[in-house]
Amino acid sequence: MSIRERLSGNEATAVAMKQINPDVVAAFPITPSTEIPQYFSTFVANGEVDTEFVAVESEHSAMSATIGAEAAGARAMTATSANGLSLMWEMIYIASSLRLPIVMALVNRAVSGPLNIHNDHSDAMGVRDAGWIMLFSENNQEAYDNMLMAHRIAEHKDVLLPVMICQDGFITSHSIENIQLETDEEVKKFVGQYKPEHYLLNDKEPIAIGPLDLQAYLFEHKAQQAEAMRNAKKVIKEVAEDFEKWTGRKYEFFEKYKLDDAEMAIVCMNSTAGTTKAVVDKLREQGVKAGLLKIRMFRPFPVEEVAEALSHLKAVAVLDKADSLNGAGGALFEDVTSAMYVNNKFVPMVNYVYGIGGRDTTEMQIESVYSDLAKIVETGKVDNPYRYLGLRKGEN
Amino acid sequence: MTEINAKTPMEKMTIGGDIYEAGNAREFKTGDWRSMRPEFLSDKCKQCGLCFAVCPENAIPVGKDLKRSDFNFDYCKGCGVCAKVCPFGAIAMKEEGVE
Repeated sequence: MSIRERLSGNEATAVAMKQINPDVVAAFPITPSTEIPQYFSTFVANGEVDTEFVAVESEHSAMSATIGAEAAGARAMTATSANGLSLMWEMIYIASSLRLPIVMALVNRAVSGPLNIHNDHSDAMGVRDAGWIMLFSENNQEAYDNMLMAHRIAEHKDVLLPVMICQDGFITSHSIENIQLETDEEVKKFVGQYKPEHYLLNDKEPIAIGPLDLQAYLFEHKAQQAEAMRNAKKVIKEVAEDFEKWTGRKYEFFEKYKLDDAEMAIVCMNSTAGTTKAVVDKLREQGVKAGLLKIRMFRPFPVEEVAEALSHLKAVAVLDKADSLNGAGGALFEDVTSAMYVNNKFVPMVNYVYGIGGRDTTEMQIESVYSDLAKIVETGKVDNPYRYLGLRKGEN
Repeated sequence: MTEINAKTPMEKMTIGGDIYEAGNAREFKTGDWRSMRPEFLSDKCKQCGLCFAVCPENAIPVGKDLKRSDFNFDYCKGCGVCAKVCPFGAIAMKEEGVE
């Protein structure tokens, strides 16, 4: 039986962590994810979990302690945002290359500078090639649900990779929504016990983790990581199917919202998908065949599936909440366009960089994207594929 | 644990380069890093015992009779500390690979 609750995205994440009751949580506070370790340390103080909470002195230490705990054989978790993730940078790669199934809540925020504490995806995009599985969450419910699925994915023997559960800072992390919680016992039953095959505190098998890995070996170990990332697709699908059987809530690599009979579509991630759905509904009432593809699984990227799902469209706009500053387009745009290219699908496509530094993205702006797409459908021409949405430019 | 070497295919390698076995540092022969090579001049050696104690690599074998023998070049990195400490000039440092 699900429990109806009203929680912010951070609370929902902290509650998921409480129900999972990991062995170790090591975290350092940083806006907007501060509340996650804050709530969690309350659970620790109240004896609601038996987790060892490590109040570290920096995010580098938070990730290091998490790595140490996981390597020792414990289930370890952390949470961070933006510059906190930047400070973890070195250890982020250690976690994935040592194949430690750590789970982290990443509450997305702009990486400074200039200094900004509000939401965009520049933190997540900075680690997109770091070998972590990355799931994005449109709302509080998805942040909670993705967190419940994370350990099953990370700890699967064919995967053994760390998982990052992303949600939009403030927009979902600090907004209270009605959500469905599952019971503690059911969560524990679903997540299961962590039983690592090899771990440092096993006195029957003394092992070394993270040894020197020079020219003769590193290449193969990186290829093993890539293989695990490909394997993760199957596991993410299976875990979501089990999750659906349990809760009735369905999760796929991406959500197709009124996409199958659409002529044009937006591709985006996290909370902007909610705004886009409202616009799609409005446009549908006017007879406009608008659709949405909301990416949930960003790493591994569902290359064939995205290409297939978009192939029937006449125009697509990819929305990036982080600018790659490469003069060529945002990260999601590059992934979607290359997915289409290698799968021999061609659809006129444009990229919009939007919402940087927490800039609000309104229904009106999303509507303007669909009217731009309508023009592309009409003419078949794309003048400038690299665009901005909601940027002040030119004369006032 | 099965032996993993520079010809092992990726499928047979442990993940993350983990080593599921203790006491394996000796399998990593670091002697090939050496650019200087100590030469043991046994006729000058008085077996005073100063050299093996300062060797950072434990590359000077000492037998049950408490006498040292020639260097273990699998691990000697040629640092020359032994030559410096020898009071009798019984260790000569030479460039590696030069006769």
